[in-house]
Amino acid sequence: MANEPKPFPFPQQPEVSSFKMVAVMGSVGLIASILLVVTFQLTGPRIEANRRAYLESAVLTVLPGATRFQAFRPTEENALVLVEEGEKPALQFYAGYDGDDALIGIAIEAQGQGYADVVRILYGYNPSCACVVGLKVLESKETPGLGDKISRDPAFLSNFEALEVKMSADGLQIEQEVELVKSGAKTGPWQIEAITGATISSRAVTDIIRASTEALLPLIQQNLATLEAGS
Amino acid sequence: MTNDNLLKTPPTDMDTFLKGLWRENPVFVQVLGMCPVLAVTNTVVNSVVMGLATTFVLFTSAVFVSTFRKVIPKQVRIASYILIIATFVTVADYVIQAVSLEVHRSLGAYLSLIVVNCVILGRAEAFSSKNTIGKSVLDALGMGVGFTFALLCLGVVREVLGNGTFAGIQVLSDSFEPWIVMILPAGAFFVLGGWLFLFNWLSERKKQRQAVLA
Repeated sequence: MANEPKPFPFPQQPEVSSFKMVAVMGSVGLIASILLVVTFQLTGPRIEANRRAYLESAVLTVLPGATRFQAFRPTEENALVLVEEGEKPALQFYAGYDGDDALIGIAIEAQGQGYADVVRILYGYNPSCACVVGLKVLESKETPGLGDKISRDPAFLSNFEALEVKMSADGLQIEQEVELVKSGAKTGPWQIEAITGATISSRAVTDIIRASTEALLPLIQQNLATLEAGS
Repeated sequence: MTNDNLLKTPPTDMDTFLKGLWRENPVFVQVLGMCPVLAVTNTVVNSVVMGLATTFVLFTSAVFVSTFRKVIPKQVRIASYILIIATFVTVADYVIQAVSLEVHRSLGAYLSLIVVNCVILGRAEAFSSKNTIGKSVLDALGMGVGFTFALLCLGVVREVLGNGTFAGIQVLSDSFEPWIVMILPAGAFFVLGGWLFLFNWLSERKKQRQAVLA
């Protein structure tokens, strides 16, 4: 083989034993995995701290007046218990407290379909006024310049400073659901004014809040004492 | 093929670095790595981070590929290169997450997609696998800086026109109505087309001048 003339477009590869190929691939893989482990060890704590800081700032933004918060998760018997360190439940609430340990409100994460991909939001609910007190869009891929205004348009976000979500007297049902109206047509505290040119994204946020409040507020109402007591 | 021709006349070290910036710019001349070029250049910050991450991966994979170029058998070289590149992309991914989650979110999947950016595999195959470590590093840095420069060219135009800001700072007055199309995917094609036009026009003019002089 080695002495034959080399055919032009494909130069003859020197013969290499399979063992060598496997050995080289194995060593490259070994070096790669060592590098990855080292990187993961070095950056892991920082990434975790970043995530926590992001969550903390988001929770404190949607609950104005809160200075600290605690995570709770629902149990199978519809009670709420504190989330232990390292636990990662599918659904959790963040109860925010002020300096005197009084309950300010509950931050709830919710998501739903937007115009492009899923929109994830965090909103704050204040049980004493039965209203939404803050909204932050955690993740969205809405159209830049149009739909993505849901995360920064001040007029739109002001809808969520005191958005009424009235409960029935027994605390099991929503009496007045949130509702989307055209820009400038807001008449009641349960209405959300849409952004002109971003109706679908505005409706997505409204639908997410409606569905989430419907599903979770009764649970929160029943366990208000647990949340108020804190830890 | 241009690379092979160039290698016949061994270029100087400075030339190895500089060719990536202009004469063989990976974006404007070789038109490689179009996916990140079009997708993440909607803001200046995204462009810079993407450029730096790509430069880092180019640099580190060049060091590895050229170090082991005599050990890695030809038959498994692509698999080995991809493994090396993927490792450093993951390293870059973790580092960016540790520095800023916000930036990591806005780059989204494109960060992991550096693995399949043909600039990197292209340089590994065409240059690092045949040259010494020193030269490969120079080549990788040149290509990386050229790539970052090209991303910035697009990012600056798109953010200023599409949002009226430069790296988040307002530069155009409020009376300026942003050209939203510029931060949408279509804007990427417009701006890339404009830059390619400019670069081709410049190189054509240079060729004509040289022809006149000769």
